[in-house]
Amino acid sequence: MSAPTTTPRTKRQAKAALGPYGRAGSIVNDLDDRLGIAKGGRVFLDKIFPDHWSFMLGEISLYSFVVLLATGVFLSLYFVPSASQVLYHCASTATNCYHPLNGQRVSEAFSSTVNISFGVRGGLLVRQMHHWSADIFTGSIIVHMARIFFTGAFRKPRELNWIIGVTMLTLAILEGFIGYSLPDDLISGTGLRIGYSIAESIPLVGTYLVTFLWGGQFPGTGIIIPRFFIIHVLIIPLVLLGLIGAHLTLLVAQKHTQFAGEGRTENNVVGSPMFPTFMAKTTGFLLMVTAACALLGAFAQINPIWQFGSYDASKISYAVQPDWYMGWLDGALRIMPSWEWTGWGYTIPFEVLLPAVVFPGLIFTFAGIWPAMERRMTGDVMLHNLLDRPRDRPKRTAAGAAMLALLFTLFAASSTDVLANFFHISLNEVLWFFRIATIVVPVIVAALAYQICLEMQGVHGIGKRKRAVVVSRSVDGEYSTVESAPRPDDERTEMDPEPVPERIDVEPLVGGAVAASNGAPSPTGVRQVTR
Amino acid sequence: MSDDQHEPTRTKVPMPIAAFDDPHLGDAARNPQRVEAIVGGIFVLAIVLIAGFGAAYWQNWSPWILGGTIGAGLFLLGFGLTAWGKYLMPQGPFVEERHVLASSAEERDLMSAALVERTAVVVKRRKMLGGLFALGAGIFGIVAMFPLLRSLGPVPGDTLALTNWRRGTKLVDSNGRPVHLETLVVGGIMTVYPRGRVNTDEGQATDQTVLIRVQRTDFTTVPGRETWAPAGYVAYSKACTHLGCPVGLYEQELELLVCPCHQSMFNVRNGAVPQFGPAPRPLPQLPLMFDANGYLAAQAGYDQPVGPGYWTRSNTT
Repeated sequence: MSAPTTTPRTKRQAKAALGPYGRAGSIVNDLDDRLGIAKGGRVFLDKIFPDHWSFMLGEISLYSFVVLLATGVFLSLYFVPSASQVLYHCASTATNCYHPLNGQRVSEAFSSTVNISFGVRGGLLVRQMHHWSADIFTGSIIVHMARIFFTGAFRKPRELNWIIGVTMLTLAILEGFIGYSLPDDLISGTGLRIGYSIAESIPLVGTYLVTFLWGGQFPGTGIIIPRFFIIHVLIIPLVLLGLIGAHLTLLVAQKHTQFAGEGRTENNVVGSPMFPTFMAKTTGFLLMVTAACALLGAFAQINPIWQFGSYDASKISYAVQPDWYMGWLDGALRIMPSWEWTGWGYTIPFEVLLPAVVFPGLIFTFAGIWPAMERRMTGDVMLHNLLDRPRDRPKRTAAGAAMLALLFTLFAASSTDVLANFFHISLNEVLWFFRIATIVVPVIVAALAYQICLEMQGVHGIGKRKRAVVVSRSVDGEYSTVESAPRPDDERTEMDPEPVPERIDVEPLVGGAVAASNGAPSPTGVRQVTR
Repeated sequence: MSDDQHEPTRTKVPMPIAAFDDPHLGDAARNPQRVEAIVGGIFVLAIVLIAGFGAAYWQNWSPWILGGTIGAGLFLLGFGLTAWGKYLMPQGPFVEERHVLASSAEERDLMSAALVERTAVVVKRRKMLGGLFALGAGIFGIVAMFPLLRSLGPVPGDTLALTNWRRGTKLVDSNGRPVHLETLVVGGIMTVYPRGRVNTDEGQATDQTVLIRVQRTDFTTVPGRETWAPAGYVAYSKACTHLGCPVGLYEQELELLVCPCHQSMFNVRNGAVPQFGPAPRPLPQLPLMFDANGYLAAQAGYDQPVGPGYWTRSNTT
């Protein structure tokens, strides 16, 4: 009997039956009945992200990783991870292959990579995007890490997230090395040869390690290519994904750090809400990072393996350098004195072991334990949610600057031959310059950074633009000064931070301004109704 | 009180030059319609470019057009979205309280109590069971390493010290042609392999040898190697003793072999003693002889492992 009245007959009735929030509201109701998403979901939508440009650096890493995954999946459909030798074939009239290689014996890995570059439509673009985003990935991790370090964001309670980050950096470098080793071209093969010899230098286990991995003495049975392939496309990405998940989960649970400022305390977070403001900005940023990789891939050639040729262990090219994130290790290997130790029938190649195994091990361990070391040295066991300004922690800033200086000097040392050629100076002198600079430059940089920090502490309001001071004289001849209003950039905001309102109503705009209403007018054209 | 007395005597001065306003943010915030129009325009441009990528792909245009259209299109789409978020969405500043992650002291005690007391029940009362279980797990951990590691490849044995050079092995070039007395002029250099090993992985990686003719008469690099360089032909392992790169550069006037990887330099005249750089050892020298037809062959194999150092290297010498 009552059925006809409850069953909607018209569109308007159907709409009314859905309630004030329409279709979306009914989806929320359905999901909440089953999963209970409304309460937690609302908290998630209201999650506050501090507005500071430096918080964008980690996003670059995250989004370049997304680009790596997407382009990597594409490449894996065409790449053949095999060291089997084939004859590269390119018919004289064909346009989808590289003629100078025609008839050469190359490995399938190399041949398929050349095919991705010339035969697969869009393949060269995706390949170059993949390589560029790998370089951006490692680079942005390091810059992000520097931001975390210099602002003290790693302090309690975030030490674990710092260690996860250091682990991810290590994995990213390893993943990059393994990735560019896969095409089996002349340069990557030389890199593999060096990697083999480095592993071989480890006392006791090194020789076992390399014959197990390579299946014999270098270059082994060719098994290294499929092994590296599965490590590159499955194992390390999976571990990285897990670590990224843990990194972000901890970030959400512990909430963001923030710089000190108006209305910001150790116990709150001030900024923009997750939805819609942050979501719009960060999605836009994802697109822009992808765009940067695409534009680099389109206009900046990277790793043209067809010019290098397939790997032949008895051939080499001049001025060979690894990708940039391996440069510091290459530099360390170059400037190391030749200190091989032999005794009791055994050999320890310290000239390889120290710069390429012990040194990076020490660097990553040092980075990993820094939060614990700092806690111990300062005796500071408090929870910290407000960030330090680098100048307020001169010792930490000096230590970080010294570390970056050391790594950069070693990076520059990986170009000794190019520098010597370019400046027409003796290679010997360049080498000795870097041997000395590696020790001296970090010390000088540390001392400078420390002194600059101290001097910046002593100047009030440094880094801000000076405000005009108006001097006036009264009729009685008395002088007085009035400081002008601050520039808009210098003052953080005129508004006090408030909780995300339960409802945000957008008022119709009149003449470019917010229509008069009971809510506080906002410069963004949005009237915010507080709880 | 003194301030109050002084206040009336001050003259208010208008300060137009001192009033600053950020032209960009202020303008945008005051004119949402303009922002909307600009963002809309950016989106339209982005749509055109992204659709253009589709067309370029369809037409199989060059990679830089593909990347240029998709890159510029995505950039504009992202830029527009970010601008929309920055100027047209609620900015706050909003505040969120932090929840204390730590539990109360009571809850902590309960957790610790549960761990400690229950562990006591399990371990302390049943020591033998606990010990046996730990032993089983430990042995599993060790034996699991066998297939994980040992199956990967052969043990090194003395394979790292071996090359295919034997007494009488003919020297051939990369095309398999034997090397004759007249093949090289003084100052000439070439890479040679043992006959039958050209274009093999082993031949390229471990047997690779660099042959240089330094003079027309027999030549002695170091005492004890008087017969090793007949007619001025000197042969050294091409694998650098630093990290195994091919020592591929030859500085003819100084008679130095240079490794392009890390710039180790070896003096050809004195037995390839490293003169510079990180290489720790001379390149092993291959003793040469001429056969009856004037072709070069090895008198013997290398007297030491070639390439970089490793733990048991001096054992196998």
